[in-house]
Amino acid sequence: MAKSVLTVDDSASIRQMVAFTLKGAGYDVVEAVDGMDGLQKAKTKPFNLILSDQNMPKMDGLTLIKSLRALAQYKTVPILMLTTESSDGMKAQGKTAGATGWLVKPFDPQKLLEVVKKVIG
Amino acid sequence: MTVDMSQFYQVFFEEAGEHLSNMENLLLSLDIESPEQEDLNAIFRAAHSIKGGSATFGFTDIAEVTHILESLLDRIRNGELALQKDMVDVFLRAGDILKDQLAAHQNDEESDAEAARGVCEELTRWQHSDESAAPAKVAQPPESTPPADTATAPEQRYTITFTPSSSPTEHGVHMENMAAELGKLGSVDILAEGSAEHPVWRFALTTAAPEEAIRELFDFFAQPTDVVIESAAPAPDEEEQGYGFFTDIAPPEEETEQGYGFFTDVDAVRKTAEEEAQGYGFFEKIEPPKETAPAAASGGGAGRREAGPKGDAASPGKRGGDKAAPAAQTESIRVSVEKVDQLINLVGELVITQAMVAQTASKLPPDVHETLQVSLSQLEHNTRDLQESVMSIRMMPISFVFSRFPRVVRDLSSKLNKQVELKTVGEGTELDKGLIEKLSDPLTHLVRNSLDHGVESPEKRLAAGKPAKGTITLRASHQGGNVVIEVIDDGAGMDREKILAKAKERGIPVSDTMPDQEVWQLIFEAGFSTAEVVTDVSGRGVGMDVVKKNIIHGMGGRIEMESHNGAGTRIIIRLPLTLAILDGMSVSVGGDIFITPLTYIVESLKPRAEDIKTVSGRGRVVYVRGEYVTLLSLHDVFNIKPVVTEPQDGILVLVEAEGKKVALFVDELVGQHQVVIKSLETNFRKVAGISGATIMGDGKVALILDISSLVRLSQG
Repeated sequence: MAKSVLTVDDSASIRQMVAFTLKGAGYDVVEAVDGMDGLQKAKTKPFNLILSDQNMPKMDGLTLIKSLRALAQYKTVPILMLTTESSDGMKAQGKTAGATGWLVKPFDPQKLLEVVKKVIG
Repeated sequence: MTVDMSQFYQVFFEEAGEHLSNMENLLLSLDIESPEQEDLNAIFRAAHSIKGGSATFGFTDIAEVTHILESLLDRIRNGELALQKDMVDVFLRAGDILKDQLAAHQNDEESDAEAARGVCEELTRWQHSDESAAPAKVAQPPESTPPADTATAPEQRYTITFTPSSSPTEHGVHMENMAAELGKLGSVDILAEGSAEHPVWRFALTTAAPEEAIRELFDFFAQPTDVVIESAAPAPDEEEQGYGFFTDIAPPEEETEQGYGFFTDVDAVRKTAEEEAQGYGFFEKIEPPKETAPAAASGGGAGRREAGPKGDAASPGKRGGDKAAPAAQTESIRVSVEKVDQLINLVGELVITQAMVAQTASKLPPDVHETLQVSLSQLEHNTRDLQESVMSIRMMPISFVFSRFPRVVRDLSSKLNKQVELKTVGEGTELDKGLIEKLSDPLTHLVRNSLDHGVESPEKRLAAGKPAKGTITLRASHQGGNVVIEVIDDGAGMDREKILAKAKERGIPVSDTMPDQEVWQLIFEAGFSTAEVVTDVSGRGVGMDVVKKNIIHGMGGRIEMESHNGAGTRIIIRLPLTLAILDGMSVSVGGDIFITPLTYIVESLKPRAEDIKTVSGRGRVVYVRGEYVTLLSLHDVFNIKPVVTEPQDGILVLVEAEGKKVALFVDELVGQHQVVIKSLETNFRKVAGISGATIMGDGKVALILDISSLVRLSQG
């Protein structure tokens, strides 16, 4: 069965790009428009990987990561932050929230795929 | 695999456009003295989102501007810089530049790089306007997005990794001092705090001091080999890497090349400096993933400690503050206008078919007809409902047009040194999308005109006993089947004498006894301008005639004016709700049916023979309520053999357009209908005096009268 990825981003263009790239590589991709939406979707089915933007309305990435980590089924699922915030501060906050890693925007599809493969194969 | 990024461009353009207009609205409504934190966050997020997208899709010029914009906005929302009016001006200008750049990319054109550079410089200047205050803050390094150029003076950012070789228990004391000492050099940020298990500390230091100075400082505390100092200046390969893991995923050697590292073991921590430069990393071992939680917990201290100004960004308090965010996708779908128009067309056909069935049924024997009647009226009802719902798809609130005016008024009033407040009323009034698009330019012109010619300077206003601040009101409302849009100013009003004098000068035939309404209409004549000083705002005399042409010919509307000297001017635009259907009166002329748009009809009357007079050179006129109105026989205009030859035997339909009245002589009134407009030009050719055609219930084609051109015709 194809590995499933949840991509959470308020930017439709980025979301589509991520989805298109990962679907092309054979992953199942579900899109969510903000942290709140992402959390709800994550609860509906298990995902193998979650990619989340940081700056989003309603619920930001860090809060999403923390909320996911509070759920039994997401204690260990890899979560990557996709963010333009590449400063150490943001990384440390991501780490504290429980993120597995980060990917700095802008990234190209190849880079994304490379990282995703590294994490979930 | 290669992914063709261009397929996402359109979505990006749309969302960036939305963000920009949201940003502008927020900026315009911002209270400069005490801006709402939520608004600042939303503005920041708009810039941030555009930056992310533009950088991803390779629009580096946009990314560059948004990056600088974002950095400055970030400082403002974090309370590091006070918002100023001039700053907002620069933000608005930056927004304009971004719009241009966006449009340029969309149309494959070159944008104005010079203007972009200018705005970037201004933004950068603001960014550094309080340079002296910066060190007091926790390090606020320039974002690592590569295209941006926020060279922060000669300051350099170092990442210091300190792994003490001596007993970890002593470190607590040392570290306090160490951080304090480092703080003397510049702004210091503790990235990672060592613990007994992982005695590794990481600092980020932004300082103008040379590396040696830092090293000297550490020499005082520890062995030189314990300290790794690296310049965190933007590494050239940063953008190539751009991702990272905080955990074990690959051996360290590869790591260095790939640019990621792990926080959970010491080796990895040593590597973090490289990782910094790469832009991606894992926080913990990915396998086995069970360690996730503990690893995160151990890093907790570091995370909190350095939250600093960015902390606000992550705080839940800003949730819901994002007005700039596009609505969740589930609430709306994007459909091409073509599809909607096709639907409207089909419903139009359905309306006609329904009318045909009704007409045929009426010819059936009464008993059959009666049984049909109930279902037929139900069908008619449903058809009408369907038509209304379909038409409503194309309806948009007029706020789409009104929303641009706060900016227009703001820019223009400061340019003209006038104080003007803009009020908008009835922004929710809906009208057809096609009309919305066409309305924007003429309305802009009218507002500019009111601002330039209408509202006086503060001095003049005060002298006239008015408040220094003028008001321009934009009001939209539904009146019958029309949308009425008013542009009202409380300025000086129009000067009747001046307009008449100007008209004479231009050789426009006028008389001193002309009614006001006709005098005001003069300003819509081509080349007419009474402005004493020609400004670059308005007053070149081009435009008002174009405004009128657009509203009347382009939109099937009417334009009226009211003005009182010293009290202001009111311009009233009446538009049909939609361009697709029309409320009309059907009239018969020699067996043919014509449709007269209801909006133009003043009244219909049966004249007395003695009220009809023949004036040499002007043809026949009819005396109606104290004035003589030109009489126009439709059968003459369209060369139809008339059934009725004398006006007193037929009906006169009094219509008004462009401030002039004409009495149309027709055989009889047939009825009032809502008709679906079909273009005559696309199906046949343009015919003078006819604006379109429609299909009647009996399947016959009826022509729709072009009242404006008939009025002009009657004026000879």
